[in-house]
Amino acid sequence: MRGLLKRVLCFIAGIGLCLPHLAWASGEAATNLVIVADTRRVSGILKYIADTYNTDPWLFAVWAVVITAVWGGFLGFLMDFIMERTGLDLKSRKILEH
Amino acid sequence: MDWLYMYMPIAGVNIFWPGLVLIGFSVGTIGGFFGMGGAWMVTPGLNILGFPMAFAIGTDMAHIAGKSMISTMRHAKFGNVDYKLGLFMVFGTFIGIECGAQLVMYLERLGRIDAVVRYVYILFLALIAFMVFYDYAKAVSKKKAGAVEGERGTEGITWYKAFHKINIPPMVHFKTAGFTCSAWLPAGVSFLTGVLAGFLGIGGGLFRMPALVYLIGCPTHIAVGTDLFEVMISGLYGAFTFSLKGRIEIVAVFVMLTGAAIGAQIGTVATKYAKGYGIRVAFGIAVICCMISIILKQLGFSNSSAVLILTTIGLMCVYISVIMFKGAAAELREKKAAKQASHPLS
Repeated sequence: MRGLLKRVLCFIAGIGLCLPHLAWASGEAATNLVIVADTRRVSGILKYIADTYNTDPWLFAVWAVVITAVWGGFLGFLMDFIMERTGLDLKSRKILEH
Repeated sequence: MDWLYMYMPIAGVNIFWPGLVLIGFSVGTIGGFFGMGGAWMVTPGLNILGFPMAFAIGTDMAHIAGKSMISTMRHAKFGNVDYKLGLFMVFGTFIGIECGAQLVMYLERLGRIDAVVRYVYILFLALIAFMVFYDYAKAVSKKKAGAVEGERGTEGITWYKAFHKINIPPMVHFKTAGFTCSAWLPAGVSFLTGVLAGFLGIGGGLFRMPALVYLIGCPTHIAVGTDLFEVMISGLYGAFTFSLKGRIEIVAVFVMLTGAAIGAQIGTVATKYAKGYGIRVAFGIAVICCMISIILKQLGFSNSSAVLILTTIGLMCVYISVIMFKGAAAELREKKAAKQASHPLS
């Protein structure tokens, strides 16, 4: 377990150290805002989202909130399902301040 | 290496998507542990990845809402969320944010708003950092002197005890947080932190978490969970308003939330193995780094500021992950030993 822990920590530290390099390699910050979503390069659900953004801001705002909440809820339940199988007690804890 | 880049149809930019997952993961871990949204980490990160600033803020808001939802679900199972207190504070926060935003607009008319906002931000961050470390030093010296107070053990700053003596009706009992106080106390504190959040253009978790601990009297773990519940509601509201203004990249929110879902579990479960003062001191260090990064930005060292933020995020993630994995390993070992002791032949 200790070996596995060390490997996981080394991996996380490596990612942390590489992040600035990888991020900056992705290019310079964009300066020109695209006010109209480009629907020519996307298809399916992405095209629907881009079209809604262009044509109906209210519907787009409602979709943004609903989709964020649904996706967040789904991921929360999924991670809960996975975490419960680790054998950890995830329903109680002691409150210790010091 | 084209597969590492994803086209964002609304912002119109190609983005390095593993970077989005990592930002989500990091903010999920840190936010789940400290009980805040983490806009101060996400916005510069998104900007570095290539998002225009206007899209970075809106996208950040929606991501924070989803991430806080995942963390709140986990904290709720631990019993760390006082929903009643959270709802009391939501109203004060919303009104406060609106007042803060109006104050900004007034100052904009007078000019030099950016510098004023940054100086106020720095001042309050310095105040929070001082409060956290003063509290820790006081608690340590009290403990060394042998003083043990109440069921929470030795505490440094106990201003909340004076505030709990305010008897202006209605008096409300908050069962999960374990105290009774005037309803005006959480309403007033959330209003003031809301004004600051609106004025500075941030979510406010950075101020609300210590306010919940020092002014309202929440145990640290419950302050973390309750604040995340509030961040979730205000984040959804923020996502709606920014979407309406067309300044949100919903595809990026999805990608970031995937990383945040894993990070939030690590950050939240780590609170189980951390003592309240451990969380407070780490929070104080994060606040100091945030303050230095703003000072660097104010002095024109934007790259150094971004490097400092990214380094802080990386180190905090490692620290929180160590707490979580060490604690989990110890718990599993204990369980295994207990099982073997009860069934020695199996």
